Amino acid sequence: MFYLPRSQLQNESSLSTEDLSAVDWPARFRELAASARHPALQQYYQAGVPAGSTAMADVPMVALDFETTGLDPQQGGIVSIGLVPLTLARISCAGAAHWIVRPRARLSHESIVVHGITHSDIAAAPDISKVLDDLLAQLAGRVVVAHHRSIERRFLNNALLTRLGEGIEFPVIDTMALAYRFRHEPGFWQRLRGRKPDSVRLADCRRRYHLPFYRPHHAQTDALACAELLQAQIAHHFSPQTPVSDLWC
Amino acid sequence: MQAEHIEIVDFLRQHQPFTSLSDEVLQQVAVQISIAYFKAGQQILEFGAEINDWYVIRSGAVEVFRRNGELYNRLSEGGFFAEFGLLRNKRVRFPVYALEDTLVYMIPEPLFTELFDNNEEFADQVEVEDRTRLRQAVARREDANELMTARIETLVSREPVLLPASATAREAAIRMTEEGVSSLLVVTTSDDQPMAASRLVGIVTDRDIRDRLVTPGLPFDTPVTDIMTAELTKVEHNQFVFEAILLMLRYNVHHLPVIKQGLPLGVIALADVIRYESQNSLFVVRSIFNAQTVEELTALASDVRACFSRLVAEDANSRMIGGSMAVIGRSFKQRLLEMAEEKFGPPPVPYCFLALGSMAREEQLIVTDQDNALILDNRFDPQLHDEYFSNLATFVCDALDACGYTYCKGKVMATNRQWRQPLKVWEQYFSEWIERPSPEFLLNSAIFFDLEGVWGETHWSEMLNDLIRRKARSNSRFLACMARAALMRTPPLGFFKGFVMETDGKHTNSINMKRRGTAPLADLIRVHALAVGSAAHNSFERLQDIIEAGILPPGNGPDLRDALELIAMVRIRHQALDLQSGIEPDNNIEPENLSDFERKNLKDAFQILSNAQKFLKFRYQPGRAV
Repeated sequence: MFYLPRSQLQNESSLSTEDLSAVDWPARFRELAASARHPALQQYYQAGVPAGSTAMADVPMVALDFETTGLDPQQGGIVSIGLVPLTLARISCAGAAHWIVRPRARLSHESIVVHGITHSDIAAAPDISKVLDDLLAQLAGRVVVAHHRSIERRFLNNALLTRLGEGIEFPVIDTMALAYRFRHEPGFWQRLRGRKPDSVRLADCRRRYHLPFYRPHHAQTDALACAELLQAQIAHHFSPQTPVSDLWC
Repeated sequence: MQAEHIEIVDFLRQHQPFTSLSDEVLQQVAVQISIAYFKAGQQILEFGAEINDWYVIRSGAVEVFRRNGELYNRLSEGGFFAEFGLLRNKRVRFPVYALEDTLVYMIPEPLFTELFDNNEEFADQVEVEDRTRLRQAVARREDANELMTARIETLVSREPVLLPASATAREAAIRMTEEGVSSLLVVTTSDDQPMAASRLVGIVTDRDIRDRLVTPGLPFDTPVTDIMTAELTKVEHNQFVFEAILLMLRYNVHHLPVIKQGLPLGVIALADVIRYESQNSLFVVRSIFNAQTVEELTALASDVRACFSRLVAEDANSRMIGGSMAVIGRSFKQRLLEMAEEKFGPPPVPYCFLALGSMAREEQLIVTDQDNALILDNRFDPQLHDEYFSNLATFVCDALDACGYTYCKGKVMATNRQWRQPLKVWEQYFSEWIERPSPEFLLNSAIFFDLEGVWGETHWSEMLNDLIRRKARSNSRFLACMARAALMRTPPLGFFKGFVMETDGKHTNSINMKRRGTAPLADLIRVHALAVGSAAHNSFERLQDIIEAGILPPGNGPDLRDALELIAMVRIRHQALDLQSGIEPDNNIEPENLSDFERKNLKDAFQILSNAQKFLKFRYQPGRAV
């Protein structure tokens, strides 16, 4: 994942322009399955999503992470995709996948520094449209888990819009949004003394749940890191019986 | 779309038992791993539940329990569990709880079995039968040194040169010159059998001709039987080379007849074995006997330490090292007693100087205090004689302290009047201890029931040992008391992070390998040895007698032997390391100074000791027939 500058992270509401928390996702998927034109998208929507009342213990999920050329989906593109399927009980490396893809946008120097994927790496890589069938098949029937959902949601939507002429919608369990929900807010005195609220960066969130440090900015590793974080968050703040609608949006 | 499990592979690569696997295999493992997170306090595995995975701790810590709720183990990052159940009936045998927030890697059973079957080193380290791993660890060490594996017969380069007992000294000298040997075996023959099948009666060496014939000026036709050594120290052909070295050291002889099926096979000389041991302990012993003053003896303390370090560097086993150090300790005492008799004059009545405890068991190391005592002749009259023996004891004990054998904290020394008594009093002591064991005696039981005469009337110590053997064996109350005393010191459960973990789950920073390891093992073995009437002093030899007597559950004897060897060697190696780094060595070991290998195997060894203590408690109950 591409880390946002601290200033942009402070106010989450400004980032999530779309308020999808009230969406009835199974019904929405049925509509989209009927209206989608691309066969891979049709199949994706046909696979459906669990009902909002489904207990977390029974929800198939997939942690998803992109490395991108920048932060703005209008101008940037995806350079790598990592995903790992999971349930509440276990994260399965056997189903994990990782692709490097060639973005239409130019690779910026800053982004190379972050994710280490270079011009020569992407020169040989396929366009995302070539891996779309595989990617959507991996996502089908599963609820996406991401740290900072707007990146994954908007970049994928934009990539599909520019290539297929139609976008994609899907529910996301956002571990960063959960982190905001449970982070420790400093009191008046603490703020006065300069104590800042807990960081919601992936690595910092993980540390609070005693998860090991993973080197960031590799899509596959970040997806795994995000999957583990979700398991920890649910173990500490929810129960296996919590309905998925409490978490997704 | 090749998945890249960088973090997982990196983690596996750094942790046992995966370190022995290639990167390709690790990639294959990583691809099949599942991961789960458990909050502190959460149950990870429930007793009896079906399992299909092997668990490796990625971060955090867990506690493994026995079915009865007793803590079995505590594991942290890199620890693994569930192999017991997995390799048996795929049911959880030991319930597991997260002690801290814990992330686990789960490896599916088919993959685990494949790794286990195809990678010997991996299997060794995971081994469900803990003792097998320990056995291999001990065996691998033993292979490292020829001393431990070479049999004496490999040193025998030629047939023995025999000489009939009717020959003269001159004939012996001629024979030696003709054959180019430095020793001859003297045999009695009869006409109707070949000389090789004859009875061995003595050995004569070129040194005997010099010291016993030429120097005293005896005629050349003196019968060879007058100058030979008749009290023969012999070895069997299939004993180990290091045992021959110990014998040479102990009896200060340079030629040993080798016997096979009762017949002489050859002779090995000092020169034959020197290449096996860089002469160190032999050299130190010789220096001790050559020392003329206590100061010269004191100066040898550093040679003793150097000798110890070299034995460790040469991969000698604990039997060899403990034996060599005991011989050196005994030599100090012998030379000091010689000096004492020069200083104070000949003893007014005969006496026997006793070595007690680890020296008597031939398990002495460098960090040791002196435990000794005096048996005096029954004609001993305190009014007339005690001043002499008190002076002698003070001289020897002070000098021993100066030589590095510190005073016994429990005052078990010949300077203590209680332990400087006539034979008949000693007989009363032992009878009393065995027939009416008191709590006070129990404190001393570990010391007094290992005794050996080192000087003077050494056969008295044998008489006491015989008395002990006779009386102890059939006395179940005494054995129960000894067993109880042997249970006072217990091993720790194992290791957890940088700490020693105790059975109550508490942590300590270091472990006293003597108090928590070798001493309780020696105590335990002593009880069984007394019960089976073993005459041996050394724990390994006692164990052999115990195994032959068949009183232990099958397999337990060899397990105990391996556990003793491993614990003793860890203790020895760490003392050698201390010496190397210029630190005053002690018996304490900090877990961070142990290798992964040592930790794992030590834990197994402690487990064996703990189980053996449970068996001891069960077997020796007061009033129970033994």
